[in-house]
Amino acid sequence: MGESITEGTLTRWIIAVGETVDRDEDLFEISTDKVDADIPSPAAGVLAEVLVNEGATVEINTIVARIETDANEFSASSDSGGQPIVDTAPIPVEPADLSSPSPQKAAKQPVEMVPMGQKERLRTRSTPLVRKIAMEHGIDIGVIVGTGANGRVTRDDILAYIEAKKTSGGELVTVQETVTTATSRPTTPPIETPSTLVPPTATGSIRVPIHGATLDIKLGSVPIRENDRVEPMSRVRLRTMEHMLMSKRVSAHVTSVNEIDFERVVRLRRSMKAKFSEHGVKLTYAPFIYRAVIEALREYPILNASVDGTRIVYHANINLGIAVALNDGTELIVPVLKDADHLSLLGLAQGVNELAEKARSKTLDFDDIQGGTFTITNVGVFGNLFGMPIINQPQVAILGTGVIEKRPVVMEDAMGNDVIAIRHRAYFGLSYDHRVVDGAMAAFFLNKVQDCLENFPEETG
Amino acid sequence: MWEEMKMDSSVFVMGEDIGAYGGAFKVTEGFLDEFGEDRVIDTPISEAAIVGAAIGAAHMGLKPICEMQFIDFIGSAFDIIVNFAAKVRYRTGVGAGIVIRGPCGAGGRAGPFHSQNVESYFANVAGLKMVAPATVSDAKGLLKSAIRDPDPVLFFEHKFLYRRLKDDLPADTDFVVPLGQARTHREGSDLTIVTYGAMLYTVEQAADRLAEEEGVKVEILDLRTLRPLDVDAITASVRKTGRLLIVHEAPSFGGFAGEITAQVCEKAFEWLDAPIRRVAALDTPVPYAAPLEDAHLPAVDDVLATARGQLAY
Repeated sequence: MGESITEGTLTRWIIAVGETVDRDEDLFEISTDKVDADIPSPAAGVLAEVLVNEGATVEINTIVARIETDANEFSASSDSGGQPIVDTAPIPVEPADLSSPSPQKAAKQPVEMVPMGQKERLRTRSTPLVRKIAMEHGIDIGVIVGTGANGRVTRDDILAYIEAKKTSGGELVTVQETVTTATSRPTTPPIETPSTLVPPTATGSIRVPIHGATLDIKLGSVPIRENDRVEPMSRVRLRTMEHMLMSKRVSAHVTSVNEIDFERVVRLRRSMKAKFSEHGVKLTYAPFIYRAVIEALREYPILNASVDGTRIVYHANINLGIAVALNDGTELIVPVLKDADHLSLLGLAQGVNELAEKARSKTLDFDDIQGGTFTITNVGVFGNLFGMPIINQPQVAILGTGVIEKRPVVMEDAMGNDVIAIRHRAYFGLSYDHRVVDGAMAAFFLNKVQDCLENFPEETG
Repeated sequence: MWEEMKMDSSVFVMGEDIGAYGGAFKVTEGFLDEFGEDRVIDTPISEAAIVGAAIGAAHMGLKPICEMQFIDFIGSAFDIIVNFAAKVRYRTGVGAGIVIRGPCGAGGRAGPFHSQNVESYFANVAGLKMVAPATVSDAKGLLKSAIRDPDPVLFFEHKFLYRRLKDDLPADTDFVVPLGQARTHREGSDLTIVTYGAMLYTVEQAADRLAEEEGVKVEILDLRTLRPLDVDAITASVRKTGRLLIVHEAPSFGGFAGEITAQVCEKAFEWLDAPIRRVAALDTPVPYAAPLEDAHLPAVDDVLATARGQLAY
């Protein structure tokens, strides 16, 4: 399923209880963050028992059914990526009722049949040292916020908890925002692999992991009035929320804006449209923009880089992330056009159309959404003049392209007189990370994009 | 050895090419002229004979120091060491006070038969002592202790360090370093790394980088003696840091790290805040080709990767 997937929703049982199923025959359907899949049965036999109902969301490695084979019982689990099948208690995605944050222990849910899983154990039983300290002070490890792997309570966490209890005389005082930069925690793996998503706890705080530190934000409780509608966030929304917060904290966001004259591109597109549709490809403005961006990235590779601690990683490949809005604008996904610099205009057009189609039909695979080095978001498609987008980590820049529309523009005619012309124009907003890209560099980049678009060569596609 | 031989006339050296030639690594250069043929003996090529003769000499009241030209050749003397030297005190009441010393270790592109670390082959044998110094002063002090020790001592000199280490020695020429005592090479608070031999320098580099890049304070413990193991020093350090990483150059399976891990789990489990990990060579013979040998041996990056995993646990 992929390293980053931690849970999924069982959408449909294909085989009913009591029916026989062959080995590798499709048994049930699941839906995860990005992808829907049919799961084949690991063994032949009779579906004896269904443990997870349609519509339920469970963590990976949850046992979802039992199949009786001739030899012995065999359990089908929701993820068999070569991992040992470990029983886990399903953790509900819906957070507790926000209006009354009663201190519940998020880890301890009434468990019916399956014993504690590894992640659970780590959260509630931690390590020998932490258990020892907890026992000496009569503390339940489950009430402490853990900053270790999988939310584990570390030695530093429990010692800090004890200190805080001492200084506040009993009741633990939660500071509004505590950034725990654990000196004992070195650089975590690059942000590309999404961190463990911790749903908001009952006490209404969220944790955002950033480069080895974690940011604990205590939220005030939101007033919910009579006719308000409360909806738990979807997985995709939670992921997006976490990413956006983290990105703003990690990068020093600045936006620079240029206005591009699109007259030439408009003309070129008109003249090339027919030829492209002979190849079955709809030609939009996008491929022209991508070509220009690629040229500019080649000339200013710092915009195609990542920050790794105190090092800058200049990526050899140019993999363009293309933001796509889904579900009536309620969801955002960024498929990646790999090695875009190796594609012709036709290749770019085909590539982007393909990705968009896959995104809309939810048939993207994990490879399609990994490895981006620069992202382009088309805020203009909805009519916006320009945007100041948030950088897609771990990249260092994102280009928001505004609406292409006709505007009156002052230009000089052949004799040097000022005239007003009607031209197609668009604002391009480049948000960049001022940690490694300064204003001048951003300007050079944007100017290059502008230059490429305004002087786009006649191409045979 | 020179000093010990000067102080005590019962001390003598024996080995292949150590007399006229001065030794394959020139350890005994000049000894023949100073101490004469009776005390600097060029032996035939038979490690079993060398050790056997040494044990006999020890029983006659002498203090022999046997050299294995490359410690890899100690295999030829395995039976006489394990079945005689190690057990003779147990069986007869008369011990074999011999030292068997030789160059161990890889990194010099010497291939599989001239690069091994043999401590694991003998680890399980009661009655033997094993020493692996990492610094110049430890090498001297421990060798003196080994020579004076009434039991058989295997003394492993990492060949990579022969020419690469130079250090000032204490003025007191008779200083000894007792066997069975580890040394805290560097103090720390976040992670304990236990090591010995040439790996000390790899560990040092890794610790420097962790301090520089992540502000992590690594405590480095140089075992110095492998058997008897100073487990108390190890557990004391684990109580301080809560995390233990063992680094040795010998291959991983059956290596010393396993023994240390088991003992720490027995004695200091409640003090662990992360799993005990080890970094050791791959379970293959030491390759001859340079890039393969480098891949085989533990590198600074391997130590860093494993340490970071523990720190992030």
